[in-house]
Amino acid sequence: MTMDDRVGGAGRDEKSQDGQGFDTSKLLKNAARQRDERNYDDFLIIDVDSHHYETEAFREIAEYIRDPVLRNEALYQGAGSGGITSELGNYQSMAGRVTRYPGRRKEKTPVKPHRDITLMRRWMDAMGVDIACMFPTPMLNLASCQRIDVQVGLATAYNQWLCERILAEDTRLKSMLYLPLHSPSACEEIIAEFADRKGVIGFMVTAPHYASVYDNAYAKSYAALQERGLPLAFHAGFPSGDQALKLTNRFIGLHALGFPWFNMIHMTNWIINGMPERFPQLKTIWIESGLAWIPFLMQRLDNEFMMRTSDAPLLKRLPSEYMQDMFYSSQPMERVRNAKALEVTFEMINAPSQLLYSSDYPHWDMDLPSTIYDLPFLDETAKRNILGENARKLFKLGSDLSDTKQARRKAREAETKR
Amino acid sequence: MHETLVCSEADIADGNTRLVQIGQAEIAVIRNGGRYYAYENVCPHQGGPACEGVMMPAVRDVIEAGGIYRGQQFDEADLHIVCPWHGYEFRLSDGRHAVASGLGLRRFEAFVRDGSVYVRA
Repeated sequence: MTMDDRVGGAGRDEKSQDGQGFDTSKLLKNAARQRDERNYDDFLIIDVDSHHYETEAFREIAEYIRDPVLRNEALYQGAGSGGITSELGNYQSMAGRVTRYPGRRKEKTPVKPHRDITLMRRWMDAMGVDIACMFPTPMLNLASCQRIDVQVGLATAYNQWLCERILAEDTRLKSMLYLPLHSPSACEEIIAEFADRKGVIGFMVTAPHYASVYDNAYAKSYAALQERGLPLAFHAGFPSGDQALKLTNRFIGLHALGFPWFNMIHMTNWIINGMPERFPQLKTIWIESGLAWIPFLMQRLDNEFMMRTSDAPLLKRLPSEYMQDMFYSSQPMERVRNAKALEVTFEMINAPSQLLYSSDYPHWDMDLPSTIYDLPFLDETAKRNILGENARKLFKLGSDLSDTKQARRKAREAETKR
Repeated sequence: MHETLVCSEADIADGNTRLVQIGQAEIAVIRNGGRYYAYENVCPHQGGPACEGVMMPAVRDVIEAGGIYRGQQFDEADLHIVCPWHGYEFRLSDGRHAVASGLGLRRFEAFVRDGSVYVRA
């Protein structure tokens, strides 16, 4: 038996996740069971960090590039990457072990609505998610492109495409739009152009930018977001070209360190330079670094700040107190051997009001709502806050359940009356 | 404990899996190397359909005398059931996690009688 035979071999008799007939709803049938067992139809679930693969629609997106020369280049070159020599991130799927990676491309969708909308709705409905904030996937590493004009051109094109082709078409889909941090003026222009578009609930910086977030060059952007009441999110990532991370030789090392690392750097700079005092109404969200790094950084910064207050003269409180006012996405929530560590983490970050559920679906380390719902130390109110209410308040969203949840509820009511 | 007919031996090729619903439990019956194994199709991690993914041999680092790393190999004698959601790996032989043996798939007895495959659950 060759390795090709093995991949997808188990279950070929009667299961359809071998890439031939891949269906997200079937893959997530156990998630749907969890949804029903835990009565997710009774309350709102908002996922603040999920993804689609914009590379599948790259030709559409490239048509939105405004510079005709760059547009032609993008259409000619495409956005593809891959191959064993390109970067460590290319085996996130663990060589076919996580089947939705190879399967996704073969999943059939109707002509309308847009394929990305159909795929998003399939996993959202299975998990019981009402509203999802969606982000790109390969573009999270756009900041590692050394051509700033490409970063700006592609970011602007993607944002416009997302607003016009996806967000405008489905009220359940939202996004915090990509800011090319290496061009402060472009950030200002993107905020000005897209902040009022349907479905835009904030703006996002991919954390692996070699840029100092305290730089005065970003003050206008921060002020614009603060004025509009829109949050700024820092989405983790791992530039495999980073000198320190190059020392890792397996994806597990690159990912385990890389994702919290850049958020730790930006968070440290954000606090020490007094950004919460300079922009007191600007809300920040720290996405996809897990949770274990937060207590670590709180303790480190508090301890050193007490000795070196002159290094951070704008601070009127301890660093950890500022961090307790910020928001954090839940995934990938560390499942630790000592369960007390997670409970203490929840206490330290004021999780019942500051933690926002995120799935990161369809990525390899996705978390279902049950990762929150099944925690023994949370009461029902705290669970519902983390799974939806905190995000609803932060983003000023409505409380309507999804159309599919409402339909199921109506069907159940009718069944009860019968 | 009840015996449930899964299928005839001819209906499950070597290396393949059949799913059978017994009460509330969906049970996967796996035929491999002439043996039959039965596990509940629920991963103890986040509840994924653990037996509907791929099966792959364990990966071993090859370390020579003196602690010298000499690459990696598949251990064909230790086939793993890999949950398709997150990649949790369980030994086909007993359903236990590849490293954390305290974690595992719920196991059932699978057997053949008169050319038919049964599960006792």
